[in-house]
Amino acid sequence: MLVGSSVTLVEYVKTKCYDTFQTIYNSCILHLRSAMDKISFNLSLLSYLMASLAYFVYLAYRRPLVSTIAGWTVAFGLLCQTVTIGIRSSQTGHGPYTTSFEVALFLAWLMVVVYFLTEWKYKIKDLGAFVIPLVFIVLLFSAFLSKDAAVVPESEEVRFWLTMHRTLSIMGYAAFSIAFAAGIMYLIQEHQVKSKKLGIMYFRMPSLEVLDDLNFKVIMIGFPLFTLGFMTGSIWNTQMNLPFFSWDLTRTLPLVATWLIYSLVFFGRMMVGLRGKKAAQGAILGFVTVIGTYFLHIL
Amino acid sequence: MISTVPNLVLVGVNHKTTPVEIREKLAFNQVKLEASLEQLVSCPEIAENIILSTCNRVEIYARVDNTDKGIQLLKDFICDYHGITRGSLDEYFYSYTDNQAVEHLFRVSASLDSMILGEAQILGQVKDAYSTARASSSTGLVLNQLFEKAFNVAKKVREETGISERGVSISSAAVELAKKIFEDLENHSVMLVGTGEMAELAAKHLISYGVKTVYVASRTYERAVSLAQSLNGCALGFEAFKEELYRADIVITSTAAPNFIISKEMIEQAIHKRKNKPIFLIDIAVPRDIAPEVNDLENVYLYDIDDLQNVVNANMEERQKEAESAMEIIQQEVAKFNNWFSTLDAVPTIVEMRNRAEDMRKIEVDKTLKTLTHLSADDQKAVHQLTQSLVNKILHKPTINLKKKTQSQDGHVYLKAIRHLFHLDD
Repeated sequence: MLVGSSVTLVEYVKTKCYDTFQTIYNSCILHLRSAMDKISFNLSLLSYLMASLAYFVYLAYRRPLVSTIAGWTVAFGLLCQTVTIGIRSSQTGHGPYTTSFEVALFLAWLMVVVYFLTEWKYKIKDLGAFVIPLVFIVLLFSAFLSKDAAVVPESEEVRFWLTMHRTLSIMGYAAFSIAFAAGIMYLIQEHQVKSKKLGIMYFRMPSLEVLDDLNFKVIMIGFPLFTLGFMTGSIWNTQMNLPFFSWDLTRTLPLVATWLIYSLVFFGRMMVGLRGKKAAQGAILGFVTVIGTYFLHIL
Repeated sequence: MISTVPNLVLVGVNHKTTPVEIREKLAFNQVKLEASLEQLVSCPEIAENIILSTCNRVEIYARVDNTDKGIQLLKDFICDYHGITRGSLDEYFYSYTDNQAVEHLFRVSASLDSMILGEAQILGQVKDAYSTARASSSTGLVLNQLFEKAFNVAKKVREETGISERGVSISSAAVELAKKIFEDLENHSVMLVGTGEMAELAAKHLISYGVKTVYVASRTYERAVSLAQSLNGCALGFEAFKEELYRADIVITSTAAPNFIISKEMIEQAIHKRKNKPIFLIDIAVPRDIAPEVNDLENVYLYDIDDLQNVVNANMEERQKEAESAMEIIQQEVAKFNNWFSTLDAVPTIVEMRNRAEDMRKIEVDKTLKTLTHLSADDQKAVHQLTQSLVNKILHKPTINLKKKTQSQDGHVYLKAIRHLFHLDD
């Protein structure tokens, strides 16, 4: 009896200790996790800021080492941001596309990915001076948004269409951001050649042909993605028992305007050879509308 | 015997100090250059020499026994060689020694001393002069190292500054613009309207950058045909070119027409037919051939002769600015070369080596004499003399050999070894 009770006591203490240990461990992990995502978020923010400055220095002083450092800093930022997104997704149980914070986070991440792909294909080092500051601004803005997770629809089907809609649209926006940067670079270079005052930018910027081609290629990829995103969004609407399409002033109309601008640039080039300055202006106007749409959506 | 310090001197004339009538008399015949080098190096005062003779400069770099005597000797050599009396030429010569000679060579190789700042030709000429001198064994350790270094410096300047980045001739500025508009010139075409010499030159420049399709139009069809043949292109009748304008990505006009022959409407039509593909118009005719309003059209870039000249001027100014940062690089490199140069000097090492030995001798002798108090003053003196002559005897051969060896190709290796073996650097 005595022996028996002592065994149960030991068992009891053992279980108690184990439970306590488990609780402490869990809370540690939890704290570490919540701290980890903050640390990685801030690190990525800092990396993009440093890289932006480095790209500016490279643009002005042409030191190859600086551009290499900038490239690695962006890569480090992307890694940190991937950690942030990973932790966030494991916490919410879905991808980063439900709240406006997640959308901005995901957009910044995809912009860097698309930037790296472009850089790898086109070798335009100075593109970084135009894209990475933009990434920094998007991410900085997201820091001020609510970090609360949103309620996700129960139905598998609704969730599928929501995921498709947001992912495709954000991929399209990321491509458009590169077109925006290429458009600005085109206008700078075009102004130099046209005005016949060949300043430092004339020597730094790539040729008009390359910038126009880049603008075209990214819109050719971005526009179909964006269109698909638009369509899947409408399907998602019907799943939510909303009309397939509504003339909502703040939600749908700006999207329609964005779509119209990019379709003009896209089909204009295919049909009537719209290119050069007009295409660059279109890409810039389009992206400004994208940003406007985003703000109207989160208001 | 040649002194242990490698004295570097340079004597020369260039386009800044000397008019061409004098320079051409002083130029060394490239064919006889080897004989000249050998003749010079056979002088006992001259250890190494290199002769650099181009249309803009004649310079002799040499390592000599005595710098003042060396300079006089080189001046005499240049004059005697060409059979000119020196008196009339003295004012044209410049001469530099050591540091300044090093800096001068670096500036020459990096094209900072050229008539057209940053031109690429001079480096090749310096390299040729060096390899000729090497082939006739008139160079040694110092000049070899100096010239190899000069080539590195020139490369560094070219890579790290924009000194040769910007075109400083009308045709190179035009090619640069074409590349900034079209990127790759290979799949692009050029049309010459008028067969002016400068238009032909610009076209040849574009062709050398890959332009494959060439159209030539001229009021006299025969001239169009003959120029087209020489450029491997096709000739157009003078009226036909207006219809064919849309085919050309680059149009160069150089006719003697008193009025504009290309109007805004013509380009508007062409650009429409081209589906807005850009067109680069170069008007080098005076009076101009293309209406200036053409530049207002989108995707059309029109440069006349003055525009191009302005670009060239701006580029020249820019090269001037880049030359300043190039000078910074050169000064750093001169300092680096000096460090190496100073390691060639055997005297300080020998002095240090002897001092080290003398210090040790003194310490040890004093220590011993303290215990040998019974020795008289004379005896003590004798001990000192004995040990001193012992040290001198031991160090005598190394000193002589070190002095000799520093004159050879691998002299610095011996110096380094001695410094290391005697612990002279801590």
